[in-house]
Amino acid sequence: MRHVLSVLVENEPGVLSRVAGLFSGRGFNIESLNVAPTLESGVSHMTVTTSGDEQIVEQIIKQLHKLVTVIKVVDFNELAAVEREMMLLKVQAESSMRGEILRMVDIFRCKVVDVSPNEMTIEATGNAEKLQAIISLFQRFGIKELARTGSVAMRRSMQPDA
Amino acid sequence: MELKGTQILLESLKREGVDVLFGYPGGAIIDIYDEIPRHPEIRHVLVRHEQAAVHAADGYARASGKVGVCLVTSGPGATNTVTGIATAYCDSIPLVVLTGQVPTKLIGNDAFQEVDIVGITRPCTKHNFLVKDIRDLARVLRQAFFLARSGRPGPVLVDLPKDVMLASTEFVWPEDVYMRSYNPTYKPNLNQLRRSVEELARASRPVILAGGGVITSDAAEVLTQLSRELRIPVVSTLMGLGAFPADDELWLGMVGMHGAYAANMALNNADLLLAVGVRFDDRVTGRISAFASHARIVHIDIDPTSIRKNVEVDVPVVGDCAQSLAGLLEICRARKEAVDWPSRHAEWLKTLEGWKQDKPLTYQEGGDIKPQAVVELLYKLTGGDAIIATEVGQNQMWAAQFYTFTRPRTLLTSGGLGTMGYGFPAAMGAQMAFPDKLVVDIAGDGSIQMNIQELATVAYNKLPVKILILNNQHLGMVRQWQELFFDRNYSYTNMEAQPDFVKLAEAYGVEGYRITEASMLEEVLRKALASPNPAIIDVRVEREENVYPMVPAGAALDEMLLV
Repeated sequence: MRHVLSVLVENEPGVLSRVAGLFSGRGFNIESLNVAPTLESGVSHMTVTTSGDEQIVEQIIKQLHKLVTVIKVVDFNELAAVEREMMLLKVQAESSMRGEILRMVDIFRCKVVDVSPNEMTIEATGNAEKLQAIISLFQRFGIKELARTGSVAMRRSMQPDA
Repeated sequence: MELKGTQILLESLKREGVDVLFGYPGGAIIDIYDEIPRHPEIRHVLVRHEQAAVHAADGYARASGKVGVCLVTSGPGATNTVTGIATAYCDSIPLVVLTGQVPTKLIGNDAFQEVDIVGITRPCTKHNFLVKDIRDLARVLRQAFFLARSGRPGPVLVDLPKDVMLASTEFVWPEDVYMRSYNPTYKPNLNQLRRSVEELARASRPVILAGGGVITSDAAEVLTQLSRELRIPVVSTLMGLGAFPADDELWLGMVGMHGAYAANMALNNADLLLAVGVRFDDRVTGRISAFASHARIVHIDIDPTSIRKNVEVDVPVVGDCAQSLAGLLEICRARKEAVDWPSRHAEWLKTLEGWKQDKPLTYQEGGDIKPQAVVELLYKLTGGDAIIATEVGQNQMWAAQFYTFTRPRTLLTSGGLGTMGYGFPAAMGAQMAFPDKLVVDIAGDGSIQMNIQELATVAYNKLPVKILILNNQHLGMVRQWQELFFDRNYSYTNMEAQPDFVKLAEAYGVEGYRITEASMLEEVLRKALASPNPAIIDVRVEREENVYPMVPAGAALDEMLLV
């Protein structure tokens, strides 16, 4: 099962390689991983998307905790959470296709961020399923380039009663 | 007062109570070596290879319970420590490994003797540091020792660039260590302890499995009390030998691939397994699906990752082994009225006693000297009052099976990594910690050649370590596998080409003895052990003796090959 983990770490040199090395060394999957600073200087936030059965994911979380530089680990699968990922998509866009492309952009609430005579770059945000849907729909126009950030997530303020 | 990096280093080591340093000088640490003679409180032992420095620090740590420290130079000096670090990491041994590094401005330039040792050792250290700023030095060293000895102990590496060692700053020793991201759980959860006692009270066929964690957390005494008061029999892993007196009637033996028959049978017939400070290594469990399959499992360990990693557990207890066992015992005592502990397991104990009598650890006598008999004799001559180091392979298993370990910290062996060449330098380290104790390395003729250069170290430092070579002129354990599972295709396991160990000993200035006849065994061994000098005792043993019982790889624990 897919799990999104939030990992708060001390921002020290090598911390990314400690986390990445843990996954590769123990044969755990990483679907995506991103790192960015937080409001507190010296602390970074990683979002790791991984998968495995219950026992594996439990090990992953425990092993992350065991790293001396890891401050906190949260498994968003145990919480109500919002999850988003951003994607840039460069599509083939001859004039005959533009109307259609712009309608799709509208439907999925994407943004056009760059245009040339026969290409358009589109910015899309959503969860993994939505981005997958966008990719499949744009495929018929011809996707020339694709860049994705990997997921970020946040706990919802209102949690359903446990 | 402003101090130089080298001075801060030595001052910090003293504040951490370091009295012995195992090391080897080199360009990147020449400034540190310039400082060392000014601190005679710290005895420095010059080894002959950096791997031995780490194993020696490891042996010192296992025997004494203190943090072992070693110092090596950058580049090859640092890479030579990796096997030793991985050995200590697998067995949770507290070490601080100090490595020299090229000056900070050269890092990343492929400078002479530069290697990214922090990168290399990341997966085999508990944590590691590169000190880039002299102002961090004292704090980092404080944290390194704290991390090494606390929680589940382990090796910590500190990489020291040459320019940082030469810079100066105000020396402020941090009295306290606090790391918000590191809080090991010592105190067990009371509810989990109560649940564990419920399990104990329900069980009719319980067994305690003691691991290295019992020794690390100094829990041997409370474990022994618990076992005796509740009449629960004890088995142990290789790392747990000495956690419970092996001459006690409740002792069943070591478990696993070369475990005693009664011990392995106990695991697979128990209805409750109280596992303390173990991590359920594959050499212990055999085929995992058949392991303790009739038992409810209570698992105590300070490291949450050890729990439910290999084996499904019914009651997990995260905490220090000693505190957890003390808590268990207290609750059990309070229930003395309700549960008649001593009589509960009488029938189970009778069954186990039957297995013990029926199939004890044994070997066929007669013919050439039997390696098992040598180990038995060593126990008889020492009465258990010795520190035993082992190499890896058959020698290690015979030591584990036939030496009666009755006290914790008397067996130094590479359990997890299985490092050949570990025993001799580890024995050296233990001898530094206990100059007056008899320290014996039970070796094979293969393993001993992996760090034999340390004969110079024991000779020069007058460390009276005894090396007892069970010499079968084979890489015996691999040979045994080839005999049993590879159709006797003895591929490269013959070690007849070997030095004359007696002459070699003499060349190094160490005593050398050779024993070729059973009739001379006791007399010569007695004489060698009594010598105040280091010695090699080359015992020519039966060349094709095998270690039994043996659970073939992938088989269940009760599917043992017996003698």
